[in-house]
Amino acid sequence: MLKNREKNLERNLVVKSSTDNLSVIREFMTAAAADCGCNDELTGKIILAVDEACTNIIKHAYKYSPEGDIGINIKLTNSKLVISITDSGEHFNPGEVPTPNLLEYQKKKKAGGLGIFLMRKLMDEVNYKILNDNRNLVELVKHLK
Amino acid sequence: MADFNVSARGVGSVNVLELKGYLDAHTAPELEKAFNKLIDDKSFNVVVNFKDLNYISSAGLGVFMAYVETMRENKGDIKFSNMKENVFNIFDLLGFPVLYEFYKDETEALEKFKVQ
Repeated sequence: MLKNREKNLERNLVVKSSTDNLSVIREFMTAAAADCGCNDELTGKIILAVDEACTNIIKHAYKYSPEGDIGINIKLTNSKLVISITDSGEHFNPGEVPTPNLLEYQKKKKAGGLGIFLMRKLMDEVNYKILNDNRNLVELVKHLK
Repeated sequence: MADFNVSARGVGSVNVLELKGYLDAHTAPELEKAFNKLIDDKSFNVVVNFKDLNYISSAGLGVFMAYVETMRENKGDIKFSNMKENVFNIFDLLGFPVLYEFYKDETEALEKFKVQ
């Protein structure tokens, strides 16, 4: 029998853009990562990266309106895990956010700005594009060894 | 479902905040409330005990970043204790250990306030 992680796999979830749903997203990601054969450490990284991406969507794309849709598609193909997260809110390119300066943020009593940096640290690739239907797509890529 | 809880207790001149559960963008306002109360009460010496905290995202980390300066301006501090490895790793990834003190247990963190 093939190990789970050698299989190709696809999972989908659509939730409303409420911070309430971050726990739903984490539960979904926990199950999907287990199906992909990820160990605890890797599962933790993937869950956090997706949480950060969805938090950014709620905050910046939908400006805390809980009526928007967040779509999550997980695809495992030949040990490459691609998590595609879509929304129909305002365009927000995480690539344009500067690397945070912790000391400076602290002096300014600034609470935000760390999420994208974390996503980049946790995943192998963080890609952003605007789809033909004007939705935003954030793509998180991890190569499973 | 309450997936996060913060409770405060005084130990001498120090206030200990005990965190439990999952700290994310949904639950971070609870922690902000706790810090605002400490500031209203002029309690600037704070130990945050992470013993029962299972998860933190940048929304949670941001709360400490937003409040530590106020505590330090008032000759206090926020010190961390009892952190699980997976939680510490996130603080570490963002470079927090350079700017904050982390202790294995609460007593050790409390002692540091006595020395100051």
